[in-house]
Amino acid sequence: MEKKRYKEIVNQHTPKENLFLNAVIAFLIGGIMGVLGQALIDFYSYYLTIPNKEATVCMIVTLIFLSCLLTSLGFFDKFVNFCKCGLIIPITGFAHATMSAALEYRKEGFVTGLGASMLKLSGAVIIFGVVSAWTFSFLRMLLGVE
Amino acid sequence: MIYLNAFIFAGIVCALAQIILDKFKLTPGHITVLFVIIGAFLDVFNVYDKFVLWAGGGALVPITSFGHMLTHGAIAGYEEEGFMGLLIGTFDLTSAGICAAIIFAFYFSLIFKPRD
Repeated sequence: MEKKRYKEIVNQHTPKENLFLNAVIAFLIGGIMGVLGQALIDFYSYYLTIPNKEATVCMIVTLIFLSCLLTSLGFFDKFVNFCKCGLIIPITGFAHATMSAALEYRKEGFVTGLGASMLKLSGAVIIFGVVSAWTFSFLRMLLGVE
Repeated sequence: MIYLNAFIFAGIVCALAQIILDKFKLTPGHITVLFVIIGAFLDVFNVYDKFVLWAGGGALVPITSFGHMLTHGAIAGYEEEGFMGLLIGTFDLTSAGICAAIIFAFYFSLIFKPRD
């Protein structure tokens, strides 16, 4: 009985997140990030005449640079709090996780702090990415998909 | 036209992630891992390549493209060098992103102080 009441009280006092509004904000910000990516690819391939494949790499590096810079200046956390998945799902979220871990653990020393903990948050992406990529391409090899 | 496609594709991926995040009360880490795995899976039957052709940068910006590029590199490695190519080629396309993130994070953390 006590537990049930406790749950009810907790449910009453948890702030209600507006599902629909959050999704719309994520849609708009994510869409803007996609347009920005395409615009950077076009900029690099038309004005600097870089081949299309390298232009993609340049675009990703530019976005990572911007997100690292804004994170270390302290703006990016506020943006992420507001836009949530609109900035976490694009590649900026990966850079943001790496950068904030680096800033946080820097004071614990170079090797034991910065070196050991820089990938604390973003390491999961690399590890699950590599494991799933290997497994899926191995399956594709077994299936013989062209 | 490709800008509109990019806007719609990237927007839908982000909105989907936000809905899953709110509905199942996961952390952002779970969401990014889930989307990397989805991206890696979609490349098995070359589905993601069609998204990239349709939406351009809109399909390359979300983290799903990270998984897509990992699988893509592994498959290209397999076609070139056989079984060991699965291991050799995995990081071919994504190493730029990972290296850039690590190097910028290292040098910026030397320059800037953390804020709270």
